[in-house]
Amino acid sequence: MIQRLFQVIWLMLVLATPAFAQGGADPKPLIDQLGSANFKQAEDILGQIAATGDTRVVPALEAFAEGDLYLRKADNAVFIARSASGGFDLVDPLTGESAGTAAKAEMTKIKVNNTLRRAIRSALGGLTLLSPDRDVRLAAAESVLKSPSADNLALVETALAKETDPAVKIRMEEARAVSVLISDRSVEDKRQAVATIKNFGGREAISILSGAAANADPALADDINSAIASIQSEQELWDVAQNVWYGLSLGSVLLLAAIGLAITFGVMGIINMAHGEMVMLGAYTTFVVQEVIRTSFPGLFDWSLMIALPLAFLVTGAVGLVIERGVIRFLYGRPLETLLATWGISLILQQAIRTLFGPTNQEVGNPSWMSGSFPLGGMTITYNRMWIIAFSLSVFVALLVLLKRTPFGLQMRAVTQNRKMAASMGIRTPWVDAFTFALGSGIAGIAGVALSQIDNVSPNLGQAYIIDSFMVVVFGGVGNLWGTFVGALTLGVLNKFLEPWVGAVLGKILVLVLIILFIQKRPRGLFALKGRAVEA
Amino acid sequence: MITSFILRALEGRIVIAASILMAVAILVPALNLLVPAGSPLHVPTYIMSLTGKYLCYALLALALDLVWGYCGILSLGHGAFFALGGYAMGMYLMRQIGPRGVYGDPVLPDFMVFLNWKELPWFWHGMDMFWFAMLMVLFVPGLLAFVFGWFAFRSRVNGVYLSIITQAMTYALLLAFFRNDMGFGGNNGLTDFKDILGYSVQADGTRAVLFALSAAMLALCLVLASAIVRSKYGKVLVGVRDAESRTRFLGYRVENVKLFAFVVSAMMAGIAGALFVPQVGIINPGEFAPANSIEVVIWTAVGGRGTLIGPIVGAILVNFGKSFFTGAFPELWLFALGGLFIATTLFLPKGIVGTVQQALASRRERAAATAKDTSATPPPGADAATPANPQAAE
Repeated sequence: MIQRLFQVIWLMLVLATPAFAQGGADPKPLIDQLGSANFKQAEDILGQIAATGDTRVVPALEAFAEGDLYLRKADNAVFIARSASGGFDLVDPLTGESAGTAAKAEMTKIKVNNTLRRAIRSALGGLTLLSPDRDVRLAAAESVLKSPSADNLALVETALAKETDPAVKIRMEEARAVSVLISDRSVEDKRQAVATIKNFGGREAISILSGAAANADPALADDINSAIASIQSEQELWDVAQNVWYGLSLGSVLLLAAIGLAITFGVMGIINMAHGEMVMLGAYTTFVVQEVIRTSFPGLFDWSLMIALPLAFLVTGAVGLVIERGVIRFLYGRPLETLLATWGISLILQQAIRTLFGPTNQEVGNPSWMSGSFPLGGMTITYNRMWIIAFSLSVFVALLVLLKRTPFGLQMRAVTQNRKMAASMGIRTPWVDAFTFALGSGIAGIAGVALSQIDNVSPNLGQAYIIDSFMVVVFGGVGNLWGTFVGALTLGVLNKFLEPWVGAVLGKILVLVLIILFIQKRPRGLFALKGRAVEA
Repeated sequence: MITSFILRALEGRIVIAASILMAVAILVPALNLLVPAGSPLHVPTYIMSLTGKYLCYALLALALDLVWGYCGILSLGHGAFFALGGYAMGMYLMRQIGPRGVYGDPVLPDFMVFLNWKELPWFWHGMDMFWFAMLMVLFVPGLLAFVFGWFAFRSRVNGVYLSIITQAMTYALLLAFFRNDMGFGGNNGLTDFKDILGYSVQADGTRAVLFALSAAMLALCLVLASAIVRSKYGKVLVGVRDAESRTRFLGYRVENVKLFAFVVSAMMAGIAGALFVPQVGIINPGEFAPANSIEVVIWTAVGGRGTLIGPIVGAILVNFGKSFFTGAFPELWLFALGGLFIATTLFLPKGIVGTVQQALASRRERAAATAKDTSATPPPGADAATPANPQAAE
C-alpha cells in the first residue's frame, strides 16, 4: 500500500516537472544537431529527442528512418525534403509547414544505418504512446513490450498516467514493468515490476523474465526465479486446458463422423463402408450451395451453412434410402457381404463425384461468424472449432431425443430388439429399416457440412474418416449412442495428449494399437449392451 | 502319414489346376526366352512380368481363402502380411545394392545415408544373407499373425469386429511405415534394386525364373492348402466356420484351430509379397493401404470362396480386367470395380467357380437320380429314408 502511494507520488512528480525529468524541452535544436552528427552521436541525440516526449517530432523521425531528412548546407538547418521537379520541397521538421524549395546541390542527406533505424523505431514507439488515437497507443505499448528500452521508461510512465482506456492501460503497465527491469531503478521498483510481469503471465513473460535474470541483481534473482516458476506452472495448466480443448475439438469431429455410423452399424448392425462417402456428399452439397449463393445471392453467404444443413440431410438421406432399398435389404443377416457391397458403393460414389466435380479439392468458404478466434485466459479458441463442438453436441442430443422420445425412435428400437415381435405388433419393419438407414446417412451428410469447414473437400474426404469412425463405434460399444459419445471424446483427447509426446503419426498408431488391445479385453466395447447375446 | 496327407490333397480338380500352373511355369518363360521376338508365339517380357504379378496376387487371394472360405475369418488386413513379406525381400535386395547406390556407401542403403544415419539399425542385420531373408519372409508375417490371432481368438473377437480390427492393424502399419524413423525408407519405400543372388533383376532370364517360381509356388501352396482342408483338421476348420460354438462344445480348441489357419495363411501371403517385390521392383507403404486388402477380398469373392481354385481364377480375372480398364477407360475402372463388389455379393455369392461347381454337382445328382429311377423303381418311402446322394446310390 505504502509502496503504491510512493509510486503515485513519484509519478505525479514526474508529471508535474516534465522539463526537469526529461532534460531538453524544445526538440528543435536537437533535430538540427542531427544534421552534423555521426552515427554514434546521432543515436545519443535520438535518445534525447525521445526523452522530450514531444509528439511533434514523429514526422521528422519517420522521415529520418526513410532517409528523407536533409541538411541545408547554407545554415545547417534540418528539413524534411521531398523530391520535386528540379530539386526538393522542404518541410519544417516540427511544424510540418512548407519551407520553400531548394536545389539538389544545396542539401545533404542525413545518413541513416540499421542501428539508427532501430533506435528510431524505439523512440517512435515511445512517442506514439502519447498519440490521441487509442489503437496507435495500443500498438505503441505492444511495440515497447516487444523491444523495451530504459530510455523510454519516463515516457511510458507519462503515458500511463494519462491513459484512461483500461485495455491500453494494462498493456502500458506491462510495458512499463518490462522497461523498469532493464533500467537502473531501485531493486524495490524492479521487484514490483517482476510482480506485474508475473501477473500478466504467458510465454512472453517467461522469456522477458529469464532474459532479465541473466544480468539482474542477486537480490532480485530469487524473485525472478520464483516468478518464472509460478508462471510456468500456470502455463502448464493452460497447456493442459488447451490440449483438452484440442482433444474435445477432435473428439467432436470424430463424434460427428461416427454418430451416423452408430445408427447404421450400432443399431442396425449394417457395416456401412460407404458411410465416409455420405460425409463427403454432405460436404459437396455445402460446396454446391455456396457456389449457387456466390453466383446468384451473394448477400446470403453467411447463411450458406444453414441452407446447406437441411439440404445435405435430404440429399444423403435420399441416397441412403436408395442404397438400403436397392442393395442392403437383400443382405440382412450377412454382415460380411454387406461390408463388401457397401465398399463397392463407396467406390462408385467416389468416382461419381470425381467425374462430376473433378479430383481436386473444392473451395468451401467459412462464413464470417465461423472465422477468427478469441483468447480465453492462456489459450486461443477459434470460432470454427467452437461451433463444431456445439454443433456435434446438439446433433447428439437431437438424435438421443429422437431415439428415446418419438414414435419413430420407439419403433426403431423395437425392430432392433426383436424384429419378429415388432412385425407382429404391426410395425412395418422394412420401412423402419429403410428410414433408419436413411437417418444414419442423413446425419453423416450434416456431419459433412460441418467437416467442410475444417477439412479439404475432395472425393477422398470420406476415406479419411471411415476407419476412425469404426474405431469410435467399436470402442464405445455397439448399439449405444452414449458409448459413441464417450468413445469419440476419449479418443480425441487421448490423441491430442499423445501428440506432444510422440508426434502426431505415432500418437495415432498408438491409439489404434490401444483400441486393438482394448477390444481383446472387452470385445463388445466400452458400454456393451447387457443381456444374453444370440450368436449369429 | 505325410504322404497320405499330401495324397489326399490330390483330388481331381486340384491336380488339374496345379498341372496347369506347372505347365504355365515352364511354357511361358520358354516362349519368352527361346522363341524369337518376331514369332507370334513369343511372349513379351512385360506380359510375363504382368502375369507374374497376378500370380502373386493369386497366391495372396488363395491365402485369404484359406481363412475366409474355410474358417470364416474375414481378414481385411491380409495386405499387411503381403507387404511385410515384400519388405523382407526388399531389405535383402537393398543390401545387395552394396556400394552401387547413389551415395556409394558400402553398407547403408541410400535413404539411410540421406537421413544421415551412421549405422545399420538392428533389424537390418543379417538381411544380406538370402536364406535369412527368406526365413524372415515366413517368420515376420507369421509372427504378426500369431500374436494378433493369439490375442484376438482367445478373447473371442470374431465376425465383423475381427474384420474391423484387422483393418485397423493394417492401417496402423501403413502409418508406421510412412514414418522415416521406422527405417524402411518412409514414403518412398525400398526400390532401385540391382540384383538377386547375383543375377540382375532387370535381366530377362531372371524375370523368367521369377515367373516360373511364382507359378510353381502357387501350385505348391494350392496343393498344401488342399491337403490342409482335406485333412481331419480341415474338417474341424469348416466346423468352426459353420458352427463355432458347437465345435467348441464338442471339445475342440477353436482358438488354436483358427490360429493355425491364420498363421499359415499369413505366411503364404508373405511368400506372395516376397515374389511380388523383385518382379515389380518396388515396395512402399502404399501396399498396407486398407483399400488394397479389401480388393483382395473381392478377388476371392468373385472367384468363389471356399473353393481354393476360385480365388486364383478371381485374382487373375479381376486384375486383367483392371489392367484393361485402367488402360482403355481409366475413369470407368472404379465404377466397374464397385459394381463388381455389389453384383458379386448380390447375385453370385458363391463366386464363379463355386457357382459352376454347384451347377455341375446338381446336374450329376439329377443324372444319378434319373439313372436310379430307370434301373429300379423303389417304393416312395425309401427315397426319403436314404437321402439322395451319389455315394448312397452306388
